[in-house]
Amino acid sequence: MSATATDEKVKSASTATRAPVGRGPIPKWVLLVAVIVGWVVVWSFTRGQQILDLGGQQTTSLHESLTSTANHIQAATGSWYIALTRHIADALNWTVELLQSWVSVAKFPRPIPEIGWLGVVAVASWVALALAGWQIAILVGLSFASFGVLGWWSDSMDLLIITGITVLIALVIGIPLAVWMGNSKFATAVVTPVLDVLQTLPGFVYLLPLFLFFGIGAPAGIMATLIYAIPPVIRIASHGIRSVAPSTIEATTSLGQTTGQRIRKVQLPMARSTVVVGINQTTMAALSMATIAAFISSPGLGVPVIEALDLVAVGKAFVPGLAIVIMAIMLDRTTTAISERSEKLKRAGGVNRRMRFAVLGVAGVVTLIAVYLSRTYFWAATFPERFDYGATLAARVQSISDWVSNHLGTLTTGIKNQISNLILNPLQDLLANSPWWLAGIAILLLAAVVGGRWATLSTAICLAGIYRLDLWHDTMITLATTLVATVLVMVLGVIFGVWMGRSKAADRILRPILDAGQTMPPFVYLIPALALFSIGRFTAIVAAIIYAAPAAIKLIADGIQGVSPTTVEAATAAGSNRWQIISKVQIPMARGALVLAANQGLLYVLSMVVIGGAVGAGALGYDVISGFRQSERFGKGLAAGLCIVLLGVMLDRITRKAASRSTQYAAAKKTRRNPVTSVFGLVPQNPTRAPHGVAMREKEL
Amino acid sequence: MRRSRQGIAKALGVAASAALVLSACGGGDVGKATEANKSDLAANGGQTCGDVNIALNNWVGYTADAYVVGEVAAKQLGCTVSYKNLAEELSWAGFGDGSVDVVMENWGHADLVQKYIKGQKTAEDAGLTGNTGIIGWYVPPWLAKAHPDITNWQNLNKYASNFATSESGGKGQLLDGDPGFVTNDEALVQNLNLNFKVVYAGSEAALIQAFRDAEKNHTWVIGYFYEPQWFLSEVPLVHVDLPKYTPGCDSDPEKVDCDYPVYHLNKVVSKSFADSGSPAYDLIKAFHWTNADQNLVAKYIAEDGMKPEDAADKWIADNQDKVNAWLGK
Repeated sequence: MSATATDEKVKSASTATRAPVGRGPIPKWVLLVAVIVGWVVVWSFTRGQQILDLGGQQTTSLHESLTSTANHIQAATGSWYIALTRHIADALNWTVELLQSWVSVAKFPRPIPEIGWLGVVAVASWVALALAGWQIAILVGLSFASFGVLGWWSDSMDLLIITGITVLIALVIGIPLAVWMGNSKFATAVVTPVLDVLQTLPGFVYLLPLFLFFGIGAPAGIMATLIYAIPPVIRIASHGIRSVAPSTIEATTSLGQTTGQRIRKVQLPMARSTVVVGINQTTMAALSMATIAAFISSPGLGVPVIEALDLVAVGKAFVPGLAIVIMAIMLDRTTTAISERSEKLKRAGGVNRRMRFAVLGVAGVVTLIAVYLSRTYFWAATFPERFDYGATLAARVQSISDWVSNHLGTLTTGIKNQISNLILNPLQDLLANSPWWLAGIAILLLAAVVGGRWATLSTAICLAGIYRLDLWHDTMITLATTLVATVLVMVLGVIFGVWMGRSKAADRILRPILDAGQTMPPFVYLIPALALFSIGRFTAIVAAIIYAAPAAIKLIADGIQGVSPTTVEAATAAGSNRWQIISKVQIPMARGALVLAANQGLLYVLSMVVIGGAVGAGALGYDVISGFRQSERFGKGLAAGLCIVLLGVMLDRITRKAASRSTQYAAAKKTRRNPVTSVFGLVPQNPTRAPHGVAMREKEL
Repeated sequence: MRRSRQGIAKALGVAASAALVLSACGGGDVGKATEANKSDLAANGGQTCGDVNIALNNWVGYTADAYVVGEVAAKQLGCTVSYKNLAEELSWAGFGDGSVDVVMENWGHADLVQKYIKGQKTAEDAGLTGNTGIIGWYVPPWLAKAHPDITNWQNLNKYASNFATSESGGKGQLLDGDPGFVTNDEALVQNLNLNFKVVYAGSEAALIQAFRDAEKNHTWVIGYFYEPQWFLSEVPLVHVDLPKYTPGCDSDPEKVDCDYPVYHLNKVVSKSFADSGSPAYDLIKAFHWTNADQNLVAKYIAEDGMKPEDAADKWIADNQDKVNAWLGK
């Protein structure tokens, strides 16, 4: 966050403390209602004029010029930058092919890869044992075995290879950048907006150009994944470095350390657990993007998911999707355990060291035997077909999905029509059918009331950008859909978040389901959603809810859990019933978490706009997809992608401002957390449980 | 001290594993298979057909073409075939650097022809596949049966209100599908004065699901579709006649008021592949079959749930005479 933003925080803190004393004579909600009433009145007689709409197949001269610039750049095949990127691509290709020949692709004349499934399972478990303890080792072993049981062994290995290489590159580039940012306000101010754009720009916008530079397959897939996955580690690690106590640095500096010593001996070790959290976030983001990279023929589990989508076969898509979920949960728990364990080992000292090495040694010998077997005998090399339950599971899921769509179709159509006609259509009518200047002014005024001066400035810049990109009407339609989806996300968030926050059992049951919602590739559940709600904006909203609600639920649950037990006890003693405790104590005291959940909910919903375009939501999502699929639309797709970025920045600045105002209420409870968590303020207790970094998640970073 | 002991342990581990891994080369049933592969290669005089990279565009009819040719190339010519999952545009771009050798089914794409065949000269035409492609507006069979006159565009306005949905703003909904295909539908609705609104389904999967539900639940759906397409053997959609296509009637995209032309689908190969002298090139150039052939293989894949290579093998086994003609036998 830049220096100005920090000032802004200080200022807003002072206004927030003054506000309850009654500085303004007019309450905020009155202003809000006044703006909306004024908007509706003007809209009623200007409706449909100057709405700047553009047909799905139409483009403007700006879009055309973006397209021709892109063509011009890629046509320069002899240029130095194409030569450079091709060299990088060759190196990446070589690495990927080498690793594939070890675990997933047979290299002639060998009939199978160098190491078979038994060896890989053993090696992975052993590494987990060494780094994260025996529970995680078992988890890792079972997860790897499940890839075989689900019938997608080699694709799982490919996905791990792509994710692994990407995370490695992300660290090599990201950690030095983070160190620089941790020590320089200037660097932070320059890099942060770039990270914002990288995280909100839809992948489909840059898949095509990357492909032109790096060629088909793994290299372009790795680069696309890198773009999306690198911001979390930079943001989080730089924050960790910045948070090292200045007194520590002063003390060591007074002993005469060099800059290099300060970074290597003080800052990085002290920020270590935060850095690991950053690596975890980057890994999760890499996993989700590596799936989408299958659209440019990058190997991995995304390939069977997309093939099944072409066949409109839910069952077939579900099985590799499940393997992705298992992989994500496995990597999440493993990296989290590593970070926690490094702390523990530091404290435990050398008591159990000898024992540990003995166990590792024995396990190592077993591992080596397993590797040897898997190189020598087919039964240990190729996963036995009789344990492959992938096809059975696919058929089972398919029949469940068929039953659901056959029997629930009429009910769900009713829900869809109600929400579309009562909420979505009127809101879209107001936003998209207002003259552009009216909608613009109204949004600015709302930003001013909710977010304050700086949020208004950000909003003005973003709206100007959207206007300039010639996609005003489409952006307003997307905004309407996004807002409705966010409201529904918040409704679910409050219901399930309060439940989870109050009951440990509910937490244990719901958490894996929420993890699955966040990590399952959306292409898997699009088909059943289509069967239930048919083509349209509402299906897009459903998909967005599946993806975004888990994050909001976790945030709110965490906020509720954070309410001090003594307060709740006091309220109980005073005779409050359960409903009163929830509505009068827990929800008001978790207000900061609620606002933050709305902020995160909005951004997560926004990251699903493109997926929504694939099921009939039209507008920006469709523009991006058609830009990816047809080169003459590239410029329009890029413009639409940028509009999504601007929309994201605008909504983030407004809600973040509101969040920082209400955070004052919740500031006290932050201290309860362990140091890693408090980095994120109100972000979930385990921030890694909210994978798929969406830009600007870490509100203070 | 602690660090160095850890280091020693690690070094020992690495050394031991290296020794084991090396020793693994000769033995076991895997070792035997490796030797067998080596001697097979030697028996061929070390000759192979080489690599063939087939782009795999994302519709099942295409998959049928690609795998039939791919399986013949792999099993009867001994080529190393790889399939690249790519959209049309990307496949053409891949001709330039050799990552794609062939596009098996090309639907016109005048812009790509202009860019890659005439402009960059990285691609060339490899003849017709024998399949004809039709793009147009379709309705589910129950609807065509219940209201036979609906297949004439002049009657569409009469039924417009039945097609209205929550997405179409009071007008009839005309579903448009795969964003990779060029569509004139917005212009058509305008120029034919139809009381419809184009709603973009955004993917082929969404479009198919919509037609599937429409037939099952007898709901009103009209949308953009195309043949050959495997889905038509599941639900035989009925084509709606627009004003007849005449050459040039679609030259100005804003003023189009006629149906889509019939596409004669062709194969496109990279220049370098065509010049390579690969026997696979001759096979691809000679490849020619009918819509019925393609639909059959596509049905094996899409409806019977066969793996594409198994579906292709089945068709090849049943039609070796046709395959022999491609191979010049």
